[in-house]
Amino acid sequence: MKIHIPTPLRAYTDKQETVSVAGATVAEGLDELTKAFPAMRAHLFTPDGKLRSFVNVYLDDEDVRYLPAKEATAVAPEAELTIIPSIAGGCCSLPAAGCCRS
Amino acid sequence: MSLLLSKDLYDELRQHGEETYPHECCGIMLGKGASNGTRVHKLMRAGNTRTDSAHNRYSIAPQELIRAQREARQAGLDIIGFYHSHPDHPAQWSQTDYAEAHWFGCSYVITAVDHGHATTTNSFLLAGTGEEDKRFETQPIAVE
Ligand SMILES: [Zn+2]
Repeated sequence: MKIHIPTPLRAYTDKQETVSVAGATVAEGLDELTKAFPAMRAHLFTPDGKLRSFVNVYLDDEDVRYLPAKEATAVAPEAELTIIPSIAGGCCSLPAAGCCRS
Repeated sequence: MSLLLSKDLYDELRQHGEETYPHECCGIMLGKGASNGTRVHKLMRAGNTRTDSAHNRYSIAPQELIRAQREARQAGLDIIGFYHSHPDHPAQWSQTDYAEAHWFGCSYVITAVDHGHATTTNSFLLAGTGEEDKRFETQPIAVE
């Protein structure tokens, strides 16, 4: 399978945007990726091995979190995984919460 | 390392915040590294998925990010940063912005929109290597 790497994580893939790995499931593909590029592991997974909450993994156009088998989902050789960290933020409305309004 | 963008793109980015006022706008910046910084080639408007509190929160759907990443790849560009507006708030990053920033090496541009008019626009580079040492660094904006 091919795995698309987002801009910030290309620092750990020798600048490669796309990495091809072996593996029959999403989990195996991610495992192969972190074997090839060990520095990637801490950016994708928590110390106890769970995907970090802000890291989204898409199998083609499907969010892996919402697939019935989740990371155990089978991946066809021509399928593409995309790793995409979330983008969010905002300006809190309560000054007490230490936001930019205070 | 400045953020370089044309006057047209700069105006477009600021205008987006005026259009969505009093809600926050957000968008994705596609571009390329240059010798003197990062140059923005294209802006992609994103729909703010936070309809519950759109005046003080924004988030971009992963599907939109994936589309942007695909489009960037086909154009030989990268996702180099993001922009959003602060309706009636200063153009400074908030604790929420900081907590939810995970795109290291990318620019986070914030435009203050006061009573519907874009005022200050600032850019912050997310520096560091991970959640433990991340920080926002003020980044000069060069409008060419
Ligand atoms: Zn903000």
